[in-house]
Order: sequence, then structure tokens, then C-alpha cells
Amino acid sequence: MSGGVDSSTVAAMLVRQGRAVIGLTMQLWNQRRLPGLSSDGATGRCCSLDDVYDARRVAEQIGIPYYVVNFERQFEESVVKPFVEDYLAGRTPIPCALCNNFIKFDRFLDLADSVGAHEIATGHYARVRYGQASDRWQLLRAVDQTKDQTYFLFGLTQRQLARTLFPLGELAKLEVRDLAREMGLAVAAKGDSQEICFVPNGDYAAFLAAYLEESGVPVEPVRGEIVTSGGRKLGEHEGVHHFTVGQRRGLGVATGEPLYVIATDPRTQRVTVGRNDELLRAGFTARDVNWISIAGVAGSARAQVKIRNKHAAAPATLHATDDPDRVEVRFDAPQRAVTPGQGAVFYDGEVVLGGGWIE
Amino acid sequence: MQRFYFDHNATTPVAPEVLEAMTACLGQVYGNASSIHHFGQAAKERMEAARRQLAALMGCPPADIVFTSGGTESDNMAVLGAVRARAGARRVVTSAIEHPAVLGPCQHLEREGVQVTRLRVGPSGVVDPADVRRALRPDTALVSIMHANNELGTVQPIAEIAAIARAAGVPLHVDGVQALGRIPVDVTALAVDLYSVSGHKLYAPKGVGALYVRKGTALEPIAFGGHHERDRRPGTENVPGIAAFGAAAELAGRTLAAESARLGALRDRLEEAVPRRISGATVNGSRANRTPNTSNICFDAIDGEALVIALDLRGFAVSTGAACSSGALAPSHVLTAIGLSPDRARASMRFSLGRGTTAEQVDALVDALEGAVGHLRRISAHA
Repeated sequence: MSGGVDSSTVAAMLVRQGRAVIGLTMQLWNQRRLPGLSSDGATGRCCSLDDVYDARRVAEQIGIPYYVVNFERQFEESVVKPFVEDYLAGRTPIPCALCNNFIKFDRFLDLADSVGAHEIATGHYARVRYGQASDRWQLLRAVDQTKDQTYFLFGLTQRQLARTLFPLGELAKLEVRDLAREMGLAVAAKGDSQEICFVPNGDYAAFLAAYLEESGVPVEPVRGEIVTSGGRKLGEHEGVHHFTVGQRRGLGVATGEPLYVIATDPRTQRVTVGRNDELLRAGFTARDVNWISIAGVAGSARAQVKIRNKHAAAPATLHATDDPDRVEVRFDAPQRAVTPGQGAVFYDGEVVLGGGWIE
Repeated sequence: MQRFYFDHNATTPVAPEVLEAMTACLGQVYGNASSIHHFGQAAKERMEAARRQLAALMGCPPADIVFTSGGTESDNMAVLGAVRARAGARRVVTSAIEHPAVLGPCQHLEREGVQVTRLRVGPSGVVDPADVRRALRPDTALVSIMHANNELGTVQPIAEIAAIARAAGVPLHVDGVQALGRIPVDVTALAVDLYSVSGHKLYAPKGVGALYVRKGTALEPIAFGGHHERDRRPGTENVPGIAAFGAAAELAGRTLAAESARLGALRDRLEEAVPRRISGATVNGSRANRTPNTSNICFDAIDGEALVIALDLRGFAVSTGAACSSGALAPSHVLTAIGLSPDRARASMRFSLGRGTTAEQVDALVDALEGAVGHLRRISAHA
């Protein structure tokens, strides 16, 4: 229970179904830990005292036992550190997927076992179904396509899916708010959380700087060149971690035509920019692939592949490689801004086949 | 579900006789103790009676007692007030196992340029008086050591430390919040200068505490306003709370000897049964010198947070570590200070017994612990 409308509604729905429910809030990050980061009025903060207060209030209202559990240590190890390392290595991480893999559906399920709970339920917009034919648990897109969160759930294992409930997967967001209002939940009108929960105002570069300074290895001031794909120098910058592939704004170079980040190289601190069509890629390799609704691909298989949360999945062919954890993805038509560090999720219509990380 | 309370070091239920004293006062005595009229005098009278009751339990003149809002305020008043009252004060000596109500103001003083020495303790959880002597400097303004530790129950050698501090001419503050009502306390015999106590640890309600200030001890106020409590603590007195505190002190004085023998026997019953029934269970800290109601036990390879929740769902209230602002748990600074690894600190539980605890409850707790610890270990073996 994050204190938001979605997880609050889930808890209330399950209580209404007559299930024995225990409410848990995961304390993941201490917002006051990096005092240099002003988080006053910041949006999308996780684990704020206000959110815990809201969650506790809902738990009281629906009459369930409620606890706050401290996963700060695990969150830092499994989510924050890789997030920082990815940026420094020129990748664009998705911490929410890591959090789902290593905290929300891993530590959380362990805790459910500890307290004798049979299943876990979250406020994610996704659906789980058991496939008789394949004898596998399947993950499906949410009925509300605009809220679908399967992109962040591609790491779920069969064991996790077998014991996970996503009651919101069948509902539209508006229906969820209606339900929350109808059940009189105090959080019914609360705004949606956005952005990366531990990064105030989405300013990840400031977060990186504050976090590294706290750990005693401040980001050394670096300067790098902004060049065209032809090698022409257009300007300078203060570190590749300020850039992400596909980015247009904030390049600080003025040219006649719109320029986009095509690639970043942390070794040479070089940022390559170019025209929009230079961003197009025919394919990529996905690493650490997790298969969900199917056991894997032998040879090749057709799929629609989503390469970032807001991307409309594009038709592609998946090719098995010698390494079972890696898949070659070939798009039917080249796609814009294939970004290392992001997830690549393979769909067959509404069914999630699996997913991995863009290399 | 039947519920059993094993968290008396966190707080205690209000005793029936205390509740009676308090409600009588709440209902009838509403004057401001500073007012000169009849109503004020009635309130003042009630308050002074309570002061005498508390002074009798603590072994001091009633005039040396300042009522406060609780242990945290008393500790802050003592630490900040004593240091600020001493010209040229540059140093405070305390221990690593103090309550945050002492460590917090020390940290605050540190930001103002005061040096804070936090004495380390060994696995026993007891401060060595020789360490106090070694830490004293000519510019030391205060020694602050707790009487009984809240997590381990270990009793500190206050009389010895007081002798050392006195010889050096340094005032001694003792956080006695976990000691009063649990072990005999005589602040005059101990020869301490400042002693903090809290009502809700001995069956009075939350929101009332006191600071013993030995006559002649220099103490700057930390809050400013009226002339209450002999100019030492401004603010209209919480007369019903103070009346309750007085009644609780009297109750404690009357029952202390018998109750501490009874609780000690129950605690021993728990500490005998747990290691016999559950493998890998070790008592933390010295067993020799403890408050009789407290037991701190480490269960190998257990996530304490999960165990607390599992026990609560079975109806048993115990505690682990220190709750942070959200209610989540952080590993205890006391347990890490006595040399436990963060993992072992997280695997440790505090059981604190009280007036309502019975042998049947202890036996039921042992059964529940055996079940819950066994379950947690089985599932972590499968994970």
C-alpha cells in the first residue's frame, strides 16, 4: 500500500471480497537522506510520511492489520546503485522494473511467506492468467491500455506470478477512482504518482551528484564534446550522464535543424547528435531475457516489441542466440531511439511473452 | 483473538488506581496551579502531593523535582541546560547505548561546537566506570549515562560513575526512564545531579515526566515563559497527569519489591524455555545486572521485522530495533554498539514484561515463538 488510490482500492476490494488482508507499506528510501536535494513540493516522492499516513488511514478504515516494513537496504542495493551505475555507464535505466524484480515481487513475497499470507496483491495495471496448454502463468496487458504497466513487469517469474493478484488489471482508471469514492476511501481524489519515486522533480542528474557525493566519490567534473555522426564538433557538455538517446532539448547547440542525441560514450565522454532519422535502428540485442508466457524461442518467433514505456510495440522477429539469456530483435521497420539500459518487452497481442534489457 | 502485551519498555497501560486518581483530578481540579484563588490552590495542592509521592519513590527532597512533559523533555532539559549553564564547557561524555532523547541533544550540541564522547560498551552492555574517568577533561561540562538500558535492561554502575564525576567536579545526568519503578532508585544515595523519569513507563499516562535537579545544580532553562516549577520549566502544569504520576509513583513504591521478584521469575521462565525449545537463541547483553522485566534475545537467521509482524498477527506484541518516523524498523544502535552485526541486531527481539504478565502468557509466548521462528526458518531455507 503506497498510500495512493490504486493500492488502497485493491486492499479495499479484497476486503470486500471477504479475503483476510494484511496491509504492508514498503519503506524504500529516506527522502531526507540527501539534504542537498530540495524535495519541497516535489512530485512523485515515494515513502513520504504523508503517503504512509494515507496508507495507514485506509488500513484503519477498512479494518485490516497494517505494517510498514523497511526495505531501504535492499532497495539501495538492488535499485539505487544500479540506477546510478547505469547512468554513469551511459545507459538509461528503468528503476521501476528493477524494483519490481528485486523488491516488490521478491522481498515482498518472502515477507508474505513469513507472515503466512498465501498471495500478494498490488495496484499494478496488468493481468495474470494460468495457461492450460502451456502449463505456464501468463502476464497480460491491462484492460485499460493507457494505464498498462506490463512494461515494468517483464521480470516476473512463474513462482511470483502464481501467487500474485492484480485486481486492477480488469478495470479502467476512472472505474478505480469511482470504486474508491464509492467505498469512501480517503485517498479517492489523490493525484497519481509520477516519475522515479526517489528522484525529486525528475532531476536525476542532481540526484546522481548528491548520491555520489554522499558516498564519498563525487562526480568528477568532466567535459566532453558534442559531435555530429560525421565527427564535427558542435559544442561541449558536462558529462554523458546528462544525456539520453533520443533527447532533443537541452543540448545547448544551435543549428538550423532539430538535433537529437544518437549515442553517448562514457569512455570518451562523447555525445553524438544527429537528425531524427539517424536515430532509427533496425534491431538490437536483449540481454538477461526472462520468459513469461512461453518457455523461450527456438529459432525465431514473431512478436511486437516495446522498447520504452511510451513506445507503441512494433512488429519484430525474435531470433534465439547461442546464449539462452540473449535474444536478437529485428524490427520489421526501423525504430527510433533504441536506448541501452531500457527494457524491451515482447508481446503477442495482449500476452507478454517475456522481456529483457537493451544492450 | 486474545492479545498479550510484551512491550512494557515501550509503554505501560495505565493502572486502575492511577486512572482513578487522574480522572478524579480531571473532573474536579481544574484550576491553574499558578492562580492565587481557591481553584488555583486546589490544583497546586494536588500537584505538590504528587511531587511528594514521586520524591518518596526517588529518594529526594520534593523541591528538587521539576515536572515535565515526559522523558524526552527531561533529557533535553538536563543535557542542553547543564552544558549551557557551564561557562567554557566544551565537552560531554555519554555512552553509545543511550536513548535518542539523550543522543539527540548531544548531537545538537556537537553542531554548536561541543565535543561529544560516546563511550563504547562491550558485549555486556554495561559502561565501564574507568572509561568515564579516562574520558573526563578539564572542560567537560556533563556526564550523561542511563540507569537502565531500554533494549537490554542492563543496569549501569551509576554510583561508581557518580563518584568519579563528583571527584572531577563534573555534573552527572542519569536517564532513569527505564529504571524508575523497575529497580530501587535513590538519587540521593546514588549522588547524581540530574535524573530523568517518565510517567508512562510506570503505569501513568503518556505526557508527564520529571527531572530531578539536585539543589545547587546549574541548569539553564531550554524554554522560556512563565515562572512555573521554580523558574525551571515554564508552562501551565499538567495537573491531572502529574496527579496520575504521583499515584503511579506511590503504587510503584508499594509493589516494587514483590513485583520485581515476580517479573524476574517470569523473565527467567522465558529465558529458560526459549533456548530449550528453539535452537540458535541467545540472550543479548549481561544477564547479571538487569531490570527484572527485560529480555533481549537473538534468533539466528531470522528477520526480526517479519517475526514481529508474524507474532502480532498471532496476538503477541513484542518489539525489535527502533521505529523510525514511518513506523518501519531500523537496526538497533544499542545492539550494534554491543558488537552485534547488523544482521544479528535485526534478528533480535525485546520482550518486556509488566504488571499484567502471567506465567500462562509467557508459556503462550514461547509456543508462539517456537511456531513463528520455525516457520520463518523453514521458508528461508526454501528460498
